Amino acid sequence: MTILRPIFYLALLAFIIAAPFIAPDFRTQLATLWIFIILSMTWDMTGGQMGYNSLGNILFYGAGMYIAAVVGISIAYNVGEYTNAAGGGIYKFTDTQYFLGMALGLIAAGVLCAGIAWVLGYLLFGLRGPYFAIGTLGAAIAAGELVSNWEWVGGGQGIALPVFPGDDYENAKLFFYYLFAVTGVVLFIFLRWFYTTRFAAAINAIRDDEEKAEAMGLHTLRYKLITWSIAAFFVGIAGGISGYQLIHFEPLETAFQTINLGIFMVVCVLLGGKGTLWGPIIGAILFHVVKEVTWNYLLGWQWVALGALIVITVVYFQDGLMGWLARVKPEWFGERVTEKPALAGEPAE
Amino acid sequence: MTKIIEVNGVSKSYGGVKANTDISIEVEKGGITGLIGPNGSGKTTLFNSIVGYHPIDSGSIKFEGQEISKKPVQDIARLGLLRTFQQTRIYGDMNCVENMLISMPHRKMTIREAFTTNTRADHDRAEHLLDFVGLYEKRFLRSGSLSFGQQKLLEFAMALMNEPTVLLLDEPTAGINPTLINGLIDRLKRANSEFGITLFIIEHNMRVIMNMADRIYCLAHGELLAAGSPTEIQGDQRVVDAYLGAH
Amino acid sequence: MDQIIGNIGLLFEFPIVNLKILLDGIMIGALFALAAYGLALVWGVMNVKNLAQGDFVIAGGYIAWTLDQNGIQPLLGIPAAFLVMWVIGWITYKLVIKRVIERDLFTSLLATFGLAIMFAQIMNLMFGSDTQSIQLDMPTLYFADGFIDVPMSKLVGVVTALSLAFAVILFMKRSRMGQAIRATAQDARAARVLGIDTDKVYSFTFSLNAAICGAAGAIIVMAWVIQPFYGITYSIRAFVIVTAAGLGNLPGVIAAGLGIGALEQYGSHIFGIGYQQAIAVLLLLLVLFIRLLQQRRKRQVLQ
Repeated sequence: MTILRPIFYLALLAFIIAAPFIAPDFRTQLATLWIFIILSMTWDMTGGQMGYNSLGNILFYGAGMYIAAVVGISIAYNVGEYTNAAGGGIYKFTDTQYFLGMALGLIAAGVLCAGIAWVLGYLLFGLRGPYFAIGTLGAAIAAGELVSNWEWVGGGQGIALPVFPGDDYENAKLFFYYLFAVTGVVLFIFLRWFYTTRFAAAINAIRDDEEKAEAMGLHTLRYKLITWSIAAFFVGIAGGISGYQLIHFEPLETAFQTINLGIFMVVCVLLGGKGTLWGPIIGAILFHVVKEVTWNYLLGWQWVALGALIVITVVYFQDGLMGWLARVKPEWFGERVTEKPALAGEPAE
Repeated sequence: MTKIIEVNGVSKSYGGVKANTDISIEVEKGGITGLIGPNGSGKTTLFNSIVGYHPIDSGSIKFEGQEISKKPVQDIARLGLLRTFQQTRIYGDMNCVENMLISMPHRKMTIREAFTTNTRADHDRAEHLLDFVGLYEKRFLRSGSLSFGQQKLLEFAMALMNEPTVLLLDEPTAGINPTLINGLIDRLKRANSEFGITLFIIEHNMRVIMNMADRIYCLAHGELLAAGSPTEIQGDQRVVDAYLGAH
Repeated sequence: MDQIIGNIGLLFEFPIVNLKILLDGIMIGALFALAAYGLALVWGVMNVKNLAQGDFVIAGGYIAWTLDQNGIQPLLGIPAAFLVMWVIGWITYKLVIKRVIERDLFTSLLATFGLAIMFAQIMNLMFGSDTQSIQLDMPTLYFADGFIDVPMSKLVGVVTALSLAFAVILFMKRSRMGQAIRATAQDARAARVLGIDTDKVYSFTFSLNAAICGAAGAIIVMAWVIQPFYGITYSIRAFVIVTAAGLGNLPGVIAAGLGIGALEQYGSHIFGIGYQQAIAVLLLLLVLFIRLLQQRRKRQVLQ
């Protein structure tokens, strides 16, 4: 087992790198798959591991998109004038301006989204269960509505970003695929370590019985704020990359898309299995593949089918793939009776 | 002997019902103090007031000389004043070792230390304490699948893992198989003597509390009825009357 | 910013404008209160927080609109929407809600959110995404030198809404089913032990809720406008009202409904009509925050 693990991860990494060349026609879809994976994994940090089911994580995606765009533009031009011209094409970016703007924009998106989560958390983490879900949903809808009335960032028209330098559009596709892939892989490595720490054990305690966790002296609010901020950091970066990939985006349907992507990530996690490392990833792949394969055959009914999928997943398959496995094969997840003579006391996995 | 908890003139009412009226008690550092009284006499309310579960109407509560009646639960717990629940509370979906490791004293960690993995020593300590309460064999079972009595023992072990200064136990023997009670008394006494943890115990079982405590307070109808050593309490006619309902 | 200050100035310069805004707010608020009352019923009895509430309202509106398109007297649309939504509510209960009642609250919340998306999209496919309304042949009343105009259609709508609410309250107080519903809300297990068929109570409650919402929608389409995706805002308003008023507090629900209506009208007067949705949602955050502070004083949390 122990020898197989590094081989498995190396093979996986090789596959991730090779994927856009194995299926060159699906580069954009593969990049989108990474968005799903990143958003699902970060949603699970609070939803699955901490027991705080947010319906508003999309807020960080939209905010990240806007922050990255505004920072990226502002290193070269006045943002208000730029958005006023609404993609008139008179604003040219040099390669340096483009990449430097994007890099600074993504960093700003991550950091500021973490900050937003911290501030918002002070208000919302006093709410439990359904109130938290509705409160976060409300925050996300409100953010979208407010931004769509904010003329400085383009109002309801949104922002048109500069196009990727060069004429070969395939280069842009590859660039954004790898940018998403790096973010996703970093997030995975981070979470793989994060879930083994004492900190993660503490947020699990909050999920299972917050009152008990408080009675045991855990600084619950601080732990919740840190966890949500980390999640928001990665979502913000993913949103920022999406903005540059899409070139043009607008507030309600693309950035703060509460009822599309905002709810997809929850469904992905439920499909794969809440509160596990691999569940959100498997769920995201499953959901994305099903969506891409069936979407075009549904002739306008795809959104209805999506609603139905949410209902069916929630009602009949809420434990997800991993939850189902844990029920069928509990011994795979380390449940066992150990006799006393084996006092070597091996640490639990 | 120094006073570690000083409750002074505490009153608490719910709506119109006075659950505690002007109660003053003291818990001595390093000792075992008992709290008895008939059902509905306000024992658990007093516990909840001490650990900050609800605000009190009047009076003062001091822990190691520091006023704590305005503090919320977590802040008080972080001072080292811990409680167990009458209806046991454990993390039912995790196994016993995980339950123990979660109970590590986070108040003694910096954020950087919280972002590290538990060491071998932590695991050993968790297993040692599970052995101490007699749950070693079941340590990798889902804790929710344990019997009520075993869950109580686990909660006790989790509290010890947290290295408290004072432990408030709400009816530790309720629901425990009578044949195991002697073992539990022994463990409580050892927690007190070996780990140096001050115990403050609500108990209905007279034999248990008379056996352990060096000082006992008796509540009735939300008021302090009597206080003294076990022999004094046993001989107090008012306590006998309160329990027989003659009051 | 200048515009906002100007709008506020207008309120002081012409106090009569306040009356007009208040009147508008109270009239639409009565309909918010009706939908919120249905939510409070379902929330209190079944402990299901229904996010499809607003979509039931919009669906009721489209039923009345369809009848009107086919030349049927619009006022008949109200009972028709009530009946059709009753059936739709019953089907929804049997297919979905029945299976999530006993589960944790996030399950029912997410399931009804899925339903909300489904309903909204189906309506979008059936009726298109344009806003729709019914033109009633009714006069408009003018007061205060024509400063205040009250269309009769709105007045009729509010009166109908109030009579419907009154009828439902009477039903809950007097009928056997009403008693069974109240008993189940108190303690479902005890009700079951005493021989009340709680499944029947649940299905009745949920159908009644859908029917009330449907009727509210049929009234809204006569005096205001509907659109397939307006549902979520109505759901959020219902949540705001119930959260502010608390469960089982009927006068509170009515007062909060009227208050929310008035606040929204004031907000969109001051900030502009583009902020109407944002204001409805920000009111939710405001109410949650106030409730949170109240609970914190008692060292409890909002759950």
